[in-house]
Amino acid sequence: MRTTSLAFLSTKRHSGRFFYNCCAFTPAQGFDVCLYTAVRRCIFQKRISLANETTQQSGLGAQWEELTLGLYDAVRFLGRLFRQAIRPPFDFHEIIRQCFEIGYRSLPLITLTGFVTGIVFTKQSRPSLVSFGATSWLPSLIAIAMIRALAPLVTALICAGKVGSNIGAELGSMKVTEQIDAMEVSGARPFDFLVVTRVVASTLMIPVLAMYCAFVGLMGSFLNIYQNEKTSFITFISDAFEQIGFLDIGTSLTKAIAFGFTIGAVGCYKGFYASNGTQGVGKAANTAVVLSMFLIFIEELVIVQVSNWLR
Amino acid sequence: MAYAHQIDYAQRVIDIRGLYKSFGPLKVLQGVDLDVFKGENVVVLGRSGTGKSVLIKIIAGLLPPDAGTVNVLGRHVSELSEEELRMLRLKLGFSFQNSALYDSMSIRENLEFPVSRNMPGMSKTALDDLVKETLDAVGLLNKIDRMPSELSGGQRKRIGIARTLMLKPEIMLYDEPTAGLDPVTSVEINNLINEVQERYNTSAIIITHDLACAKATGDRLVMLFEGKVAKAGSFKEVFASDDPEVQKFYNYNFIQ
Ligand SMILES: Nc1ncnc2c1ncn2[C@@H]1O[C@H](COP(=O)(O)OP(=O)(O)OP(=O)(O)O)[C@@H](O)[C@H]1O
Ligand SMILES: [Mg+2]
Repeated sequence: MRTTSLAFLSTKRHSGRFFYNCCAFTPAQGFDVCLYTAVRRCIFQKRISLANETTQQSGLGAQWEELTLGLYDAVRFLGRLFRQAIRPPFDFHEIIRQCFEIGYRSLPLITLTGFVTGIVFTKQSRPSLVSFGATSWLPSLIAIAMIRALAPLVTALICAGKVGSNIGAELGSMKVTEQIDAMEVSGARPFDFLVVTRVVASTLMIPVLAMYCAFVGLMGSFLNIYQNEKTSFITFISDAFEQIGFLDIGTSLTKAIAFGFTIGAVGCYKGFYASNGTQGVGKAANTAVVLSMFLIFIEELVIVQVSNWLR
Repeated sequence: MAYAHQIDYAQRVIDIRGLYKSFGPLKVLQGVDLDVFKGENVVVLGRSGTGKSVLIKIIAGLLPPDAGTVNVLGRHVSELSEEELRMLRLKLGFSFQNSALYDSMSIRENLEFPVSRNMPGMSKTALDDLVKETLDAVGLLNKIDRMPSELSGGQRKRIGIARTLMLKPEIMLYDEPTAGLDPVTSVEINNLINEVQERYNTSAIIITHDLACAKATGDRLVMLFEGKVAKAGSFKEVFASDDPEVQKFYNYNFIQ
């Protein structure tokens, strides 16, 4: 029986129950809550009835349901995130604190990786250019590679590991020790305080870190080129930026913004809805990293494709 | 009843009718009815896993009920919008089973947090005075600049209670205030609960396994058994019953 969770809603047996579930919730909670709860309940009831009817469901069907349910949760989370982000009061103080946590505390790691990436990439590219006698192309090659692709991606992957797991673990442990519930019952709007601020901060900080990473990478590359080809700094910079256009920088920033949002939102989503005690905290941190890295690669692919159409 | 206080039997602050809650196949609450009158301390007793914590989480709107009405201070909790629920919660003080202190913040920040989030206009000095006054009320003024991890379990409980008092609640919900504490500290907590009631004129639901706590703080006892209220009345009335479940509970606490 291969059914998706939405397909089974349309089968005769379940649609009645679906509408019953829809009506069972008070309209004061808003339409989306009614719909959401109804879908959840239908899936739940279906699971029970399937468990009673001896398992006919193939693993694939169950996975489809999990996936649709997960997507539904995620879309609701994003909706809430955008709604709360534009609604005052704004927690500027906490946003600045989070920018510091996310941005400043990642600087050493980004400095190191950016620098090493620049040097290594220069060293690795040189032999193939030497064979054409085209080592003067090195600066622009490195600049294109760093600014278009490497800086945003390296920064995002490092931050997915550092910032994403940190957010997932922090919010996850607050969730399982009921600190988030405690904020909720004291009217402290934990979603605004914990989630919105972190997502805003990481959306702002990852682009800054990515630009910084590109800069440090180019510096690393310059040192290596200076050592080997004795190119002056001025020549290096003018060569490097010869091939870089507005579109390159724009695309790169767009990518970094998307990556920053992804890292913040995925970390918060996994942490804020963690469950199952300390085990859940570890899982939240872990899945935050895995999922945001996965999404980062997909976004990279999509944005590069779109920018190539624009070019 | 260590303290004499006024109970207004004409005014219900909490009114629960036919409350049901299950988690999947696990039926937890199966038709609970419960009243709390103004100024009254109601103790909810019950074995581990009978849904006592679930009950007060439903009262605070942290969990949705499956069926039944939950009326708190004249408002139906499950029918409120997000903002209305937030306003109602400001009148509830929820002391969590494990204290739930914010462990990235100092004790001072823990106490300041609910106030600065809800009344951003309050002046620094007024807030500071309020923090000190409240910490003094729970007898832990000397811990003001410590971190939660540096406190003992009993101290954490008291800070948790102090944090809820910062917003001057009308109803206190205590989840196992004395669990895991030594008898002397338990007595201190019991006294604190009574003092809070005197000083802030609150009504309260106190969840506990501890009959000494129930006896010291409760005006009325309610015993949950298999998802329903099995017995209700004063301490004497409840434990005069020869219901084996009630007796088991009593013997466990006093004879063991
Ligand atoms: N969020 C939840 N999801 C699933 N099951 C839950 C949830 N919260 C509570 N339960 C279940 O509901 C039952 C009642 O839990 P509850 O925490 O209310 O017990 P309790 O009476 O407070 O027990 P204790 O005295 O040990 O604190 C337990 O069996 C628990 O497993
Ligand atoms: Mg409990």
